[in-house]
Amino acid sequence: MEKKRASLLRNPGVQTLLSSLLCILLGLVIGYIALLIINPAGAWGAITAIVKNFWNYGRTNLQLRYLGNTLVKTAPLLMCSLSVLFAYKVGLFNIGAAGQYVAGAGAALYFALALKMPWWVCMIAAILAGAVLGCISGALKSFCNVNEVISCIMLNWIALYTVNSLLNPVKNPTSPYTMGLTSVNPEAVMPSLGIEKLFTNNRYTTLAIPLAIVIAVLIWVLLSKTKLGYELKATGLNKHAAKYAGMREKTNIILTMAIAGGLAGLGAAMMYLTGFEEWSVTQSSVPAMGFNGIAAAFLGGLHPIGAIFSSFFIQHITNGGGYVDMTMYSSDISDFISSMIIYLCGFVLFFRQFMSSRLARRDEARKGGKQ
Amino acid sequence: MENPYAIEMLNITKRFPGIVANDNITLQLRKGEIHALLGENGAGKSTLMSVLFGLYQPEEGVIKKDGKEVSIKNPNDATALGIGMVHQHFKLVECFTVLDNIILGMEPTKNGFLQKAEARKKIVALSERYGLHVDPDARIEDVTVGMQQRTEILKMLYRDNEILIFDEPTAVLTPQEIDELMQIMRNLAAEGKSILFISHKLAEIMAVADRCTVLRKGKYIGTVDTKDTTVEALSAMMVGRDVKFHVDKEDKTPGDVILKIENMTVASRMHHNNAVKNVSLEVRAGEIVCIAGIDGNGQTEFVYGLAGLEPLVSGKITLCGKDITKASIRSRSVSGISHIPEDRHKHGLVLDYTLEDNIVLQRYFEPEFTKAGFLRRKNIRSYAEKLIDQYDVRSGQGPVTVARSMSGGNQQKAIVAREIDRDPQLLIAVQPTRGLDVGAIEYIHRQIVAQRDAGKAVLLVSLEMDEVMDVSDRILVMYEGEIVGELDPRTATAEEMGLYMAGAKRKEQ
Repeated sequence: MEKKRASLLRNPGVQTLLSSLLCILLGLVIGYIALLIINPAGAWGAITAIVKNFWNYGRTNLQLRYLGNTLVKTAPLLMCSLSVLFAYKVGLFNIGAAGQYVAGAGAALYFALALKMPWWVCMIAAILAGAVLGCISGALKSFCNVNEVISCIMLNWIALYTVNSLLNPVKNPTSPYTMGLTSVNPEAVMPSLGIEKLFTNNRYTTLAIPLAIVIAVLIWVLLSKTKLGYELKATGLNKHAAKYAGMREKTNIILTMAIAGGLAGLGAAMMYLTGFEEWSVTQSSVPAMGFNGIAAAFLGGLHPIGAIFSSFFIQHITNGGGYVDMTMYSSDISDFISSMIIYLCGFVLFFRQFMSSRLARRDEARKGGKQ
Repeated sequence: MENPYAIEMLNITKRFPGIVANDNITLQLRKGEIHALLGENGAGKSTLMSVLFGLYQPEEGVIKKDGKEVSIKNPNDATALGIGMVHQHFKLVECFTVLDNIILGMEPTKNGFLQKAEARKKIVALSERYGLHVDPDARIEDVTVGMQQRTEILKMLYRDNEILIFDEPTAVLTPQEIDELMQIMRNLAAEGKSILFISHKLAEIMAVADRCTVLRKGKYIGTVDTKDTTVEALSAMMVGRDVKFHVDKEDKTPGDVILKIENMTVASRMHHNNAVKNVSLEVRAGEIVCIAGIDGNGQTEFVYGLAGLEPLVSGKITLCGKDITKASIRSRSVSGISHIPEDRHKHGLVLDYTLEDNIVLQRYFEPEFTKAGFLRRKNIRSYAEKLIDQYDVRSGQGPVTVARSMSGGNQQKAIVAREIDRDPQLLIAVQPTRGLDVGAIEYIHRQIVAQRDAGKAVLLVSLEMDEVMDVSDRILVMYEGEIVGELDPRTATAEEMGLYMAGAKRKEQ
């Protein structure tokens, strides 16, 4: 029994899961402490409101409707986290997921509102826009040895302002937001395929949600079962050996960044082609979606299937932040708590390492004692 | 009576999960002696030294200094006891001077200001006393490997260490520098320092050590006086069986030209000159041509150029009559070049991949292992199992062992298996036995000779004089990027080859 438990603890998957849970717990505790410091009276209510999210509603049909809202935003987050983890497996840190997401949003909305294209054309445009942006970072990395983190960060801003000016002609005359998708071009809204029925006719729940999960599985298959995955991971782990074995390591780096960019771009399509949100052409900060993708990738243990759950959790907490009592806390508090938790999500690998080194030490001590 | 031992490690036992790394090992180092510690890779030498430095705590056994039991909990305790070590890979700050490196961590200061003059006096005195020639003001990155090593030795002496450990110190040195080091070690011992010399080069042990302790597979085999033993007896103790030092091979008449290189020039990554200058050579089927030379004379760049890892500045390479000068690495490899690379960790293996994934590293794209873009895991597994079995690659969990966790010898065997099993036209083997023990060396030499006997062309690049003399059919000496001499191993002497290698002699153009 003891032995069985010990070997279970040594399983890397279990270790990742445990450390992810530990991060979540720690994030909640620290968030709670912060709430206590600001206003002790409402702290418990606020933290439970965040964790409960859609359960804050008593009636099942409302619960389902708001669960739907969380899922609508989970799909793009999952795409961004897949974008980050895919690049990470090939040894690249794609902090540019945020910018590739912006590029995807710009392309999707421009094709939908200005060119009046159907949704699937807009979606492909978004994927391509993200991929092109990823390609630029990849090419700079492989041909000029420019660190991908630097080029990605700069491209994030370039993408933001380019998209702002690109979408300016299709904005609402009276507000900074782009025109409503449903009124201008209903063809561009992703089909629901009856999914909305499951979520009390939440019309934003579309094909995007199952598609995101399918893509997570595809990424897992690509990384672990295919020749391309074998080459890409080899390049990431040891580019010298990859070159020695005749793999085209430069092409592989560009291809990886293109795929990663395409994933983030698709994420933007999944967000803006539901009509759930419009793009504000006056925004001066890169949307957080891409950055949250980094946290979701790590919280999910850098595994595509893990990313499905971690993306849901992070979106759940972020949405839950909206239920905090605003009379007791400033409106920024929900963002503060969820960012606290997201921040701690980055510590998963650290906890996992700590756990396995502790186990190894205990093994040694026990072995020594026995003999 | 005074205790004759400087340090004693008595009945040391150290276990790791699944393995006894040190099983009741005793090592007694006399004052003023040179004591060799001999064993194959994985025999437990490193573990024993880690115990001495307090990095591991042994389950059983005691350590005594001057007859008194001591407890060594961490490296600081070891330093306080006067134990110092020259590591195989030097621990020096490249952009600091020799002097700065020696005083690093023990800088003499006055009111917070460095007092280098004082340190310099002490260092100059030490270097004169022991014959350790160094230039205190030269930067480490500019000095030879030999001087870097002398800097490491001075570091120990500057700290007044009494017990000096040399971990495979000759691996990086030229023959001349090795002789110099041997003399330094004798000087140190004569001055009363106690020296522990870790090595698996038997000739060096016989030349310099007073006594030798042999380990095998974690067990203590014995301690012998070198004057009462022979190289053969020592190697039998180390390996557990008799080892053939000389490679048996029959004379063979070489066949057709397989590889033809004409006027090859390769640029250097390190400096603005060319690393390989106008090299022309031929390798025929059924012969082993060896490129000999001291490390850093362009051999690495020569192989990179040949394998396609670096572009040529000029020249032409022909393989079996086909011009491959501009061919990609993959197409060279598919057209029949196998390459056992110089650095098995940098080029040879993806260390975090499993053994089976490394075994198919050069073949994963073939239809046998990939179908419609998907890896055929079953075929990969059975192919890996076949090679592991056939080439006796030992590992903890067979095909799924992570390559990083394997011993150096078995990593190398896996690479050799992978490259030879591809049935190449030309086998390039660069330093194929570096850092391996005699058992593995014998095995790899046999495989290389078998390739030659099977009618393959073999190009061997080696820094080891014995290997060059023993294995090759023809020797080409490379000096500063040029082929300066061609020798016949049956008639050439080591001295003659040394002169070519040092650039003192060259063939008439």
